[in-house]
Amino acid sequence: MDPRHFLEIQSRRDFFRRYGIGTAALAHLMASEGRTAETAVDPLIPKPPHFAPKAKNVIFMFMEGAPSQVDLFDPKPGLKKWNGSPLPESMTKDLRLAFIKPTAKVMASPRVFTPAGKCGMELSDFLPNLATCADDICLVRSMFTDAFNHHPGQLLLMTGSIQFGRPSAGAWISYGLGSESRNLPGFVVLSSGSGTSGGASNWGNGFLPSVYQGVVFRSQGDPVPYLSNPAGVDTKLQRESLDLIRDLNQTHHDKAGDNEIASRIASYELAFRMQSAAPELLDFSKESQSTLDMYGVGKEPTNAYATNCLLARRMVERGVRFVQVMHASWDHHSELNKGLKKNCLATDQPAAALIRDLKQRGLLDSTLVVWGGEFGRTPMVEIRRPGEEGNEGRDHHPLAYSMWLAGGGIKGGQVVGTTDDLGFNVAEDKVHVHDLQATMLHCLGFDHKRLTYLHQGRNFRLTDVAGEVVKKMLV
Amino acid sequence: MLLSAVFTVAGSSFAFGQQVDFARDVEPILRTNCRGCHGERQQMSGLRLDHPEAALKGAYSGPVIKPGNSAGSRLIQVVSGEGKVKMPPAGPGLKAEQVATLRRWIDQGAVWPATQPLASAAPAKVSHWSYQAIRRPAAPAVKNSQTVRNPIDSFVVARLEQEQIAPSPEADRTMLLRRVSLDLIGLPPTPAEVDEFVSDKRPDAYERVVDRLLRSPHYGEKWARHWLDLARYADSDGYEKDLPRPTAWRWRQWVIDALNRDEPFDQFTIDQIAGDLLPNATVEQKVATGFHRNSLTNREGGIDREQLRIEQAVDRTNTVGSVWLGLTVGCAQCHDHKYDRISQKEYYQFFAFFSPAEDSEVEAPLAGELGPYLKALGEYQQKRRELIKEYGVEPLQQEWEPKVIEASRNQGKYGGDWDLAWTVLWNDERKILFKQPLERTQKETDKLTDHFLEWYSAVVSKQRYADLKFKELREKLAKLREAHPPLTEASAIADMPSPPKAHVLIRGDFQNPGIEVEPNVLAVLNPFQAGPKPNRLDLAKWIVSKDNPLTARVAVNRMWQSFFERGLVATPSDFGTQGDRPSHPELLDWLAAEFQESGWSVKHMHRLIVESATYRQSSQSRQDLETRDSDNRLLARQSRIRLEAELVRDAALSVSGLMEPSIGGPSIRPPQPAGLTNLGYGNFIKWPESTGRDRYRRGLYIFFQRTVPYPQLMMFDAPDSNVSCPKRERSTTPLQALNLLNDPVFFEAAQAMAAGLLRADFKTDAHRLDYAFRLALGRDPVPLEKDRMLSYLELQRGRLRNEPKLAASLFSGQVEGSSSADLGVWVALSRAILNLDEFLTRE
Repeated sequence: MDPRHFLEIQSRRDFFRRYGIGTAALAHLMASEGRTAETAVDPLIPKPPHFAPKAKNVIFMFMEGAPSQVDLFDPKPGLKKWNGSPLPESMTKDLRLAFIKPTAKVMASPRVFTPAGKCGMELSDFLPNLATCADDICLVRSMFTDAFNHHPGQLLLMTGSIQFGRPSAGAWISYGLGSESRNLPGFVVLSSGSGTSGGASNWGNGFLPSVYQGVVFRSQGDPVPYLSNPAGVDTKLQRESLDLIRDLNQTHHDKAGDNEIASRIASYELAFRMQSAAPELLDFSKESQSTLDMYGVGKEPTNAYATNCLLARRMVERGVRFVQVMHASWDHHSELNKGLKKNCLATDQPAAALIRDLKQRGLLDSTLVVWGGEFGRTPMVEIRRPGEEGNEGRDHHPLAYSMWLAGGGIKGGQVVGTTDDLGFNVAEDKVHVHDLQATMLHCLGFDHKRLTYLHQGRNFRLTDVAGEVVKKMLV
Repeated sequence: MLLSAVFTVAGSSFAFGQQVDFARDVEPILRTNCRGCHGERQQMSGLRLDHPEAALKGAYSGPVIKPGNSAGSRLIQVVSGEGKVKMPPAGPGLKAEQVATLRRWIDQGAVWPATQPLASAAPAKVSHWSYQAIRRPAAPAVKNSQTVRNPIDSFVVARLEQEQIAPSPEADRTMLLRRVSLDLIGLPPTPAEVDEFVSDKRPDAYERVVDRLLRSPHYGEKWARHWLDLARYADSDGYEKDLPRPTAWRWRQWVIDALNRDEPFDQFTIDQIAGDLLPNATVEQKVATGFHRNSLTNREGGIDREQLRIEQAVDRTNTVGSVWLGLTVGCAQCHDHKYDRISQKEYYQFFAFFSPAEDSEVEAPLAGELGPYLKALGEYQQKRRELIKEYGVEPLQQEWEPKVIEASRNQGKYGGDWDLAWTVLWNDERKILFKQPLERTQKETDKLTDHFLEWYSAVVSKQRYADLKFKELREKLAKLREAHPPLTEASAIADMPSPPKAHVLIRGDFQNPGIEVEPNVLAVLNPFQAGPKPNRLDLAKWIVSKDNPLTARVAVNRMWQSFFERGLVATPSDFGTQGDRPSHPELLDWLAAEFQESGWSVKHMHRLIVESATYRQSSQSRQDLETRDSDNRLLARQSRIRLEAELVRDAALSVSGLMEPSIGGPSIRPPQPAGLTNLGYGNFIKWPESTGRDRYRRGLYIFFQRTVPYPQLMMFDAPDSNVSCPKRERSTTPLQALNLLNDPVFFEAAQAMAAGLLRADFKTDAHRLDYAFRLALGRDPVPLEKDRMLSYLELQRGRLRNEPKLAASLFSGQVEGSSSADLGVWVALSRAILNLDEFLTRE
């Protein structure tokens, strides 16, 4: 037997085992030959990557709106020296900014940075919890990107291109690896705060099949749209109705002989299981009080983000491949201090708890955690309504910013890259967002140049036509 | 500096200062290292280094050799690796002494002895099939002529006979009627229509049905949706703010109307690409150019307007190239096309047709609107003036206007807030601002005042703005507007009076313009006949010229795909060299020629296709074909096709009797889960649920909010509408199951269907079941199905009789003569029927 044929049958068997499909449909499918059966095969079946991976799952904490790196991650005493003066002209030549002028004045950060962990990584006083995880994270201070408006920047970070129509990282990874979860989607999106600029294109499937698109789990109402039965339909009636639907579909399948009907039958069974799996996922009653406290679940201002971080861990435990945890917005054109403080109070504790929790459960080694936004913020001040106390902010800055990673494949307790005295440009070890994407894929066992999809006659990939794995970030 | 130069050349074969000889010293370097990509056969980036004239002219980015100035010559910058770009891109690169030779040659004046004048390179004939002229082939002879109803069948059957495969028999009448109804009008047939057709014994019974369907106004709705997919239609801007586009639907209505009146496809094309440029263009022709307004608009505060202008022109270039020509022209935006003969320069020549366009809002009243509007206008304006006066707007605005103008000219003069006040003015508002107040139309004056009322907040303190109560005024003005009869407007385009020049953009970067270009078409296709200043209208005429080898082929292939799920060319928007080869090349050409010769009648082509025996075959799968033709490329049977997202909704609303059948009009917002729009930017996106009959309108009228689309559409593979979608996917997912089982919209349909079934007079459950099946599926249940449903009814009825609460929540209303348990049981059964695979499928 051709080994490929054997694999196909194996995967089909596995599909039916997973979805508990009716035996008659199974028999028909097993008897059928050729490619028609392929369409009935689960496109989310787990697949091996190119080489032995370090990480199996990803939690991407996407901080929409661009957090200010010079106030959180990249201490710049130089800003104090230059505070109140414009940048040297050599730096601002040809500079494009969204709102402010290149002549805007430098603003020192009021934040206090102190060394954290054994590695002595300097972090802002707004991040006291993350500081306790310093030895687990790899802080990249030398990120840069090509876009300086939000949505294009987000598309570049999430899909590798500022053009629409490309699959998001989560879709690529679901396409490459499939999903380990039997009852939950492989790619889930969680959101807190004020909503994102890019919306659906940040978790879209682009030209990949739509089974790879991110499924949004909401924090109010049904976590997945239409998860609950309508009034009057209890579980018994739902089950008996599904049995009827299955039997009628089966009868029709026997007549029409289309394997798509078998897929439809399977999808209803999975839907029924999802109806019990999703509430179980959301049910925190078996989590210890100390776990809930560690994340800050049930307390303000952490509750929303903490709930999502805890959900992310529970999803990873249940085999969800890619969890995109978003918090919006970090777009602090004005009232930077106030806004940053508010966001940090809401997210610092939960994010740190997630790392600690994954670690104590032995999941951190197999989970890649990424934190960051679409670009950074200017070392210069942006002033709207002069004279109002504390309304200073910072504009968009794509030339140098910070992100951090932790977990599977990543060498923690280190800082990669440096910026110049003002944090304006990257000085050493430039990391483009494509390099970040290449590195993420590497941790998952992919050569980013080989994870491709043929579309419009060309092989496309997450990293477009660029990207280098950043070896310094790896164990 | 000088010393190092001496040392660099010390190893070379010449002494310092020696005269470089082009033929001996330079030509071999260029020949070995550069001409593979920059020679006679290929001129990447527009550069050619095998001829003095071309070489000195340079690349798309401009000259690369500046005689006498090697340091300033791009050629040296790239071969020396000084700049970002290194040439040659692969391999060790030039040796230091070779670079030195080139330097000296340029410094000595770049002497390149004259050769033969450069022949203007006639584009070599390209043999690729889709670039060849369309010729109508004769229909081939077939052995079994009984299976031939029209020439389409001859081509299909001839091919099947070659393969010794028999076509499938005709589908039974119920299936056939359901198929052709869903395909032509997007709605399942009613039981009465089924009965009529099944009992119609006339030989042309089917053709009569086709006639009826082609005349139905729902035909335009069904086929507009296919066009909307290609046109990336949406009701919002996209990007961060994703503001609603309250007039977008007016273009959609134009499409529906145009398809219903069978506007010839050549005119349909000209109107949309360039209706505004037609002599004495009608309002409808201007509305048609709304096709281009479906480009996304980024209104993020800090967006560069020039960048936006270029991006929209690029989007329009790519969309027109893909929709009409079936070419991936967008690949040539940053570099010459890797596979098809489209150079980057040609791309920007094509782009130059679109770059002069700007937004234009036109008054496009619907029938009956103008009279009442005009009648109420005077009173409306009077009331508006009074309100504006009451809140003391005028003096503040008069002070604000010149300051914003000054801020635009002299950024920083009044500080960041005034700069911001300029930044947030949209393009059309800027134009109004620069007009003298007396030159402004009333509409323009109102528009600027509306903007001022909102954005004055940027330049005054929060307290001051609150004290002015402008928020209250804005609400009052909005209410006043709503209280008066509207005049529908449409989003169109028009060319600027003096547009900026178009350039090749190096690597697609708008900040990096290269050589200037004039509008022109793709040389590989039919010749272009236009005056000295060609515009979009010339382009449109060239596209629908009968010599254009692509337009008709691409269009008929899209039709074919809609009726058979797979086009004769499986890559509907890529007819280039990387695309699929046609499965039936002669049939494709026959259809294309027929389309042109029919006067580009879309309805004629639809009729031909659905009346063919090929279309009318059964979709039953066949064991014998599973190995031989699993993709059904040979068309020995029809295909089962899952309904598109909108049609899934339409079918449920239609069989339950809920559907509101009115045609056209503004978009609607059906109920959706609360909080869904919170995912949009800054919680700005609102979803005010439609009320009354609007809730039950067809799926194509659902408001498409790009960043937070309506979930049912996305779950059933509707396109995201950011880019042109030539083919929808047909996925099968558990989320679809949850949607159909539990979405209140579908549950309400099940309830309405149950109530309808119980209101009708049936003797037994079995009779009622027959009717329910016919309603949803067009056919009666087979005994096995019927028994299964009867046992379900019995089981649930027993339960609901004992659990009246459950029954009451399944259906809270009443139907005379029916018990609560009966109602509940039939709701549950109807819900199951509306979830059957067959219900969701065109068979």
